[in-house]
Amino acid sequence: MADLDHGLAARWRPYRAVLSSRVRAQTSYRGSFALDLASSVLIGLVELAEIWVLYRSVDALGGLDLAAVLLVFGIADTAFSTADLFVGHVDTLPRYLRAGTLDVFYLRPQPLLAQLVTSEISLRRVTRIGVGLTALAVGLAVNDIAWSPLVVAFLVVVLLASTLTFAGSFVAAAGVQFFLVDASEMTNAVVYGGRYAATQPASVWGKPLVALFGFAVPIAFTAYLPVVALLGLPGAEWLPSWLGWLAPLAAVWTWAVALLAWRTGVRHYQGGGG
Amino acid sequence: MRLSPGPQRRGGVAGATRAWLRVHGRLLVSGFRRGAAYRGAALGGLVANVVFGFLKVSVLTAAVAAGGGELGGYDEAAIIAYAWLSQALLGSVNLFGRTDLADRIKDGSVAVDLLRPLDVQTATTAQEVGRALFQLLPRGLPIIALGVLAGGMRLPTDPPTLALGLLSVLLAIVLSYLLVYLVAASGFWTVETRGLQVLYMIVSGFLAGLFVPVTLFPSWLYALALATPFPSLLQVPIDVVSGRVDGAAALGAVGVQVAWVAAAFAVGHLLTRAGRRRLEVQGG
Repeated sequence: MADLDHGLAARWRPYRAVLSSRVRAQTSYRGSFALDLASSVLIGLVELAEIWVLYRSVDALGGLDLAAVLLVFGIADTAFSTADLFVGHVDTLPRYLRAGTLDVFYLRPQPLLAQLVTSEISLRRVTRIGVGLTALAVGLAVNDIAWSPLVVAFLVVVLLASTLTFAGSFVAAAGVQFFLVDASEMTNAVVYGGRYAATQPASVWGKPLVALFGFAVPIAFTAYLPVVALLGLPGAEWLPSWLGWLAPLAAVWTWAVALLAWRTGVRHYQGGGG
Repeated sequence: MRLSPGPQRRGGVAGATRAWLRVHGRLLVSGFRRGAAYRGAALGGLVANVVFGFLKVSVLTAAVAAGGGELGGYDEAAIIAYAWLSQALLGSVNLFGRTDLADRIKDGSVAVDLLRPLDVQTATTAQEVGRALFQLLPRGLPIIALGVLAGGMRLPTDPPTLALGLLSVLLAIVLSYLLVYLVAASGFWTVETRGLQVLYMIVSGFLAGLFVPVTLFPSWLYALALATPFPSLLQVPIDVVSGRVDGAAALGAVGVQVAWVAAAFAVGHLLTRAGRRRLEVQGG
């Protein structure tokens, strides 16, 4: 056991060295870092304000009242921002591809994806997670929830699974970048569109959106369906409310697609030349 | 240093104006061509705009339905038009706050721009507007077509309304670049403008009505938005193009846009003059 621990620590050491250097680099420009932290809060607040403006004129949207949608927003935003903190920077891959600097990663004796994921950590997202967690806490307080150990376990599993789903969508998008290079906005549509979609009541979607964010990229499973299951709401006609329990399955599906996309992309890549 | 004969040498205000228009016209065309060079990026942007368009349409129409068929003066057709038109303009109206000029000020290459016998503000604006006008073809028109065909969007077709709508769109594009120029020009003092750019992106999108029409804001927030140039970037051109605002009200709205263009131009002009005295390029 001690040997195993030692082996793990040794394998983790190079990643840790890179990550701690990135943390030091980001925090060394204090003014700029503080501004980044503040901006992340402001973005979160503006998105909440957009929801609030809509709910000023209506009582419920797609079967969710303001309290329920706050819970959806809290889960979605916490999960997405956490995924963004740890793996969001894989969307800089096109820059490496264009500059040919990706080849440097091939020289190191570590898996490419593991290196890319640990090449950066976007600390400025910390405050954005704070906004999400605050919305989540308020959402849990204002909704009528029959608390039990099962509910707590459910919430923990949902948060983990949703974070993994979003992280998977980042990795899948990065895999497709090997083919697109210049059209990275196409995958942004799914990744960042997914973030926006996750905060919506999925019951308002038309067929194209259900196909895209209900199943292909299972964004509906990150926050909307779990909240419907948790609060015992009627939910959408195209999905029974118990599907909210399948959030982990959505994460597994997303990662299967992500790893397939990544492998295909890496095999397609032929080097930067030179 | 004079790199080419100044326009004033050939005498007369008319000659100078002609030369100014010719040079800036060429810059506009070069910007347009530059936009045309990046087809993949244009396609990617179109896909992103379409996906967000579907999301916006579904939540906004659900809100109209929940409000009993009417929401702050928007019925279903009007809100669909709002959602698709805002997506169509997004490729051309700069709400991101980013320009190449910010990088050129940061790395010092703006010194070369300042040596040219051209005003940096008008020259960069002409180029950026050219690029933005190109984006209307791959990102604006397909989304309008999609909104009409799939979304049931209706647009007024009588020539005066159409002409005023196009003018309003053009003013919104020009205004957005004059405003983003102010963000970039602040780099003469601060060098790094990323923080201000991000702030601009957050505030301008919200107050322009990117996700929720400004007219749905509570009155205090609505008044705050109207005190800024941002509604002139999306809310106003969408209202005029869709015919939601017409007649004298539309003329008034376009007049407000013209006033903001003049104000942004004047402030940018002053910043440029003060900034070129302030600029310090390191290295040599």
